[in-house]
Amino acid sequence: MSILVDEKTRLIVQGITGREGMFHAEQCQLYGTNLVGGVTPGKGGQKVLGKVPVFDTVKDAVVSTKANATMIFVPPPFAADAILEATDAGIELIICITEGIPVYDMVEVYKYVQNSNSRLVGPNCPGVISPGKCKIGIMPARIHKKGSVGIISRSGTLTYEAVGQLTALGIGQSTCVGIGGDPIIGTRYIDTLQLFQKDRGTKAICMIGEIGGTAEDEAAYYIKKHVTKPVIGFIAGQTAPPGRRMGHAGAIISGGQGTAEGKMKIMKKCGIKVVKSPADLGKTIAKAL
Amino acid sequence: MKIHEYQAKEVLRKYNVPVPNGVVIDKKAAASKAAKGIGTPVTVVKAQIHAGGRGKGGGVKLAKSPKEAEKHAGDILGMTLVTPQTGPEGRFVKKVLIEEGMDIAKELYLGIVIDRETSLPLIMASEAGGMEIEEVAEATPEKIIKEAVDPVIGVKPYLARKIAFKLNISKEAMKVMVPLIINLYECFKKEDCSMLEINPLVVTKDHRVLCLDAKFDIDDNALYRHKDTLAYRDLDEEDPMEVDATSFHLNYIKLEGNIGCMVNGAGLAMATMDIIKLSGGQPANFLDVGGGANEEMIENGFRILLSDPNVKAIFINIFGGILRCDILARGVVSAAKKLKVKVPIVVRMEGTNMEEGHEILKNSKMNFIVGDGMKDAAKKVVKSIQ
Repeated sequence: MSILVDEKTRLIVQGITGREGMFHAEQCQLYGTNLVGGVTPGKGGQKVLGKVPVFDTVKDAVVSTKANATMIFVPPPFAADAILEATDAGIELIICITEGIPVYDMVEVYKYVQNSNSRLVGPNCPGVISPGKCKIGIMPARIHKKGSVGIISRSGTLTYEAVGQLTALGIGQSTCVGIGGDPIIGTRYIDTLQLFQKDRGTKAICMIGEIGGTAEDEAAYYIKKHVTKPVIGFIAGQTAPPGRRMGHAGAIISGGQGTAEGKMKIMKKCGIKVVKSPADLGKTIAKAL
Repeated sequence: MKIHEYQAKEVLRKYNVPVPNGVVIDKKAAASKAAKGIGTPVTVVKAQIHAGGRGKGGGVKLAKSPKEAEKHAGDILGMTLVTPQTGPEGRFVKKVLIEEGMDIAKELYLGIVIDRETSLPLIMASEAGGMEIEEVAEATPEKIIKEAVDPVIGVKPYLARKIAFKLNISKEAMKVMVPLIINLYECFKKEDCSMLEINPLVVTKDHRVLCLDAKFDIDDNALYRHKDTLAYRDLDEEDPMEVDATSFHLNYIKLEGNIGCMVNGAGLAMATMDIIKLSGGQPANFLDVGGGANEEMIENGFRILLSDPNVKAIFINIFGGILRCDILARGVVSAAKKLKVKVPIVVRMEGTNMEEGHEILKNSKMNFIVGDGMKDAAKKVVKSIQ
């Protein structure tokens, strides 16, 4: 079993005719994801990657293909609009890869998506993969292996690091969810934890966080109350200076809040096995299984 | 992006948010005329640097005559101002703002941020103005008024009143405060601020309400739609190496240690700094080359790393996804040759085209140290400088 994406996922790609969009649409298709269409306004009627139809609007794509998921590769100035369009078209799962969306645009988008039936993952995320079933995102497929560890992370390459360590030990993953490095994201740790707790195919959860905000603290309190599966955690940025934005728009310690130390303390208190070194993630998860 | 106080006040004027009369100057000789023009018996001379705590470092002074204003301007202009926020190296003062003095009845705090917990704009106000809001939040959280803003309806008069009534100000001041809060939110939204702080917001004895200081942090991601604001950028206030990096789309932050790092992805870059520390070393920087790095970016990354004289060894940690290891390896080899790198370089590569990458490093006949996994690589780089 897995969460969010599987064999039943019917994917469209918004921004499919762009260089990045086309490349990753093809990579997902090669992995076995059911890519049913793409959207680029003004390019409706074309076919790409063999026989994948392109539509002018998301609504057209949904009507023709019964798509239930979209992956967004639209440049930052237009990405918020793309999320709103997908929400308006009633797509169940919206995964936004785009990095650099203005935060105020996301304030409006977040509110709109919250009041709809859609779920947004990201923005500024690597996407979601259920190994062996479906990949929606930019993660390197090769390093994954089908199995029973669920991974949630704000970071892209650090997630690959954890996955790489697990696969090297012969341990597979149920689903890996990159929730994104921005201050405002559609799906938070708590939402994902809830899904992993319910999923019978997930036996342990790996939660990778970083400095900035309080999302990991909230997640830790949630775990203490509602999650019975073992959770292993890591927080990046133990050596990050306060007041500086460490690459991700959301990775900043401000006014003494959001330090790695503080988060790790709360996570430990809530029963999460917290590793200090990112190199120990794989073996700690192996022990917990 | 941060902007100067005098620039922030220019922006506030556009939104009809009241600020004191003032003139910005960069020459001592212009001070006396500026003070005369303002016309109040007392003027204030304020150093224009991005860091706060200017008063504590002698960067804000009262003048009782135009002549005194000129003297203060002469003292402050060209000084290296050290405040609790500048670090020991301080900041060079290029401009001063001369402003009207006033009789202050009350100092308030008014700020707007994007609250990550609720994903909404949040207005914060307090009667405890003039102090750091974090200190107020720590010591007397009950003194902070918080109101979230629904982005669909924005700040309507009722919401502004709800805040203003809790500030215990005169009826006359209330009349100014309500539109001030509404206009300040308009400014926050239209200028794409991630933080806008008025501290202090003062009520004068003659019931005027004025922004005595103003701090803006503008969302970097939104700068593409604010060409006019971009003109306010003051590169002298930023670290030259960080500015250099930004021009090549690299994300660089200088730190205090001696092991230079080059990593793809922000999370992995932070984790790399962490593992260096855990292995007994000190990272010299944060450097994220991103997912789409090419040879030119890697070469520039190297050049920037090496321009820090503290760097005694380099740790390259790449988990190839979109960024292929062979491309990285080619970039590393060509940069190391071109820049005649003498310090040890430890490379850890994993992911897409890893074998080709290692082959390229080996065939270069240069002395790269290859790490097997993060832990091994971190140990090796720390050992290389012992």
